[in-house]
Amino acid sequence: MGLISNGTTLLDAGALDSGVATGAMTLIKTLTASSSGTLSFVDGSASVVLDGTYKEYIFKFFDIHPATDDVEFQFNGSSDSGSNYNVAKTTTAFNAYHNEADSSTNVGYRPFEDLAQGTGFQGFQDNYGADNDQSGVGTLHLFNPSNTTFVKHFISRSSNYHNADYAIDCYVAGYFNTTSAIDAIQFKFASGNIDAGTIKLYGIK
Amino acid sequence: MGLISNGTTIFDAGALDSGVAKGAMTFIKKLTADGSGTTLSFVHGSSNVVLDSTYKEYVFIFKDIHHSQADRNLNFNLSTDSGSNYNVAKTTTFFYATHGEDDGGGAIEYRTGTDLAQGTGVQPMMQGIKGDNDSSGAGYMHLFNPGSTTFVKHFLCNNVLMQDNTLVQNTYIGGYGNTTSAIDAIQFSVNSGNIDAGTICLYGIS
Repeated sequence: MGLISNGTTLLDAGALDSGVATGAMTLIKTLTASSSGTLSFVDGSASVVLDGTYKEYIFKFFDIHPATDDVEFQFNGSSDSGSNYNVAKTTTAFNAYHNEADSSTNVGYRPFEDLAQGTGFQGFQDNYGADNDQSGVGTLHLFNPSNTTFVKHFISRSSNYHNADYAIDCYVAGYFNTTSAIDAIQFKFASGNIDAGTIKLYGIK
Repeated sequence: MGLISNGTTIFDAGALDSGVAKGAMTFIKKLTADGSGTTLSFVHGSSNVVLDSTYKEYVFIFKDIHHSQADRNLNFNLSTDSGSNYNVAKTTTFFYATHGEDDGGGAIEYRTGTDLAQGTGVQPMMQGIKGDNDSSGAGYMHLFNPGSTTFVKHFLCNNVLMQDNTLVQNTYIGGYGNTTSAIDAIQFSVNSGNIDAGTICLYGIS
């Protein structure tokens, strides 16, 4: 049974009608780490949507905590539903940092963290510490992943607790250099498990 | 017909009641480039655009901005007269990180040629987009409290694009429209030729 008000369908088939104005940012999926090797968002799996439904997707990272000290948090994309995470990427990477001792500050480009058509994982949160109170947060925007005409752009900014007791503010951006749709994203540490933390995926209308 | 639950109006007059909690990010308007024009403009009160004090923050999201000609910029400017003139004085910063597909050019750099010091012309926000078929740019811009008549109007912008010499470019622009008049329109433009493809969506943040 539907619900029609003033000639406008509001509810139908157990859901709000698509014409009803609601918020533009929709929570799609929350993944919580528990000594996890990887966290993966695969379109069509476990209620994940990562296709043409939305033109922008946002991943938000909360209190990501590694099992191993001095490791980099990374991501990669897949164009075959997660069978392989190996899409070519060209990226930029720079960061700003400041240590707790107030003796070291900088903002600079990170030539060893960018990729030039590399198919490996992209580090985007640097040198995590593994002390009990050390963690990282951040955001990754992925634009129009289902497009089959253009490359797929992404922008990330993160803040994490460096293993040498720095605050480090990381900026990574670039593109998956493919005209195939990106239908899965995987996150992991360069070494060791994701001991704890949450990643939320949102779609933007 | 409305829907009232436990004394609370949920639906009325064909819409969710304003008292029902919704997301804080509201979609307002989408403009799509089709290659026929050099500009895309959001003018308050025109074509269902809201750009006034209804929201204290507005977000523009750019997807797959594409030019068929090489080395083109996407620019913006602001208006205080409903789009009759786009010429608000702006003071801005502009820096970017770049890196080539050939692994050259990795750097972060302040761009003195693309910032403005009380300039009334357009502010570049994507510089030198490549014109190949798969080349494009994407990103977002935050415009804060454009309806204020007390303070200047701040904006922050972050974009990523495939630059003409096959670099990835990650741009950061910040600044303010140096006016206490309300900003009621914004125009995005290409420095030469038409905007061949792409979308710009406008959102209000409650």
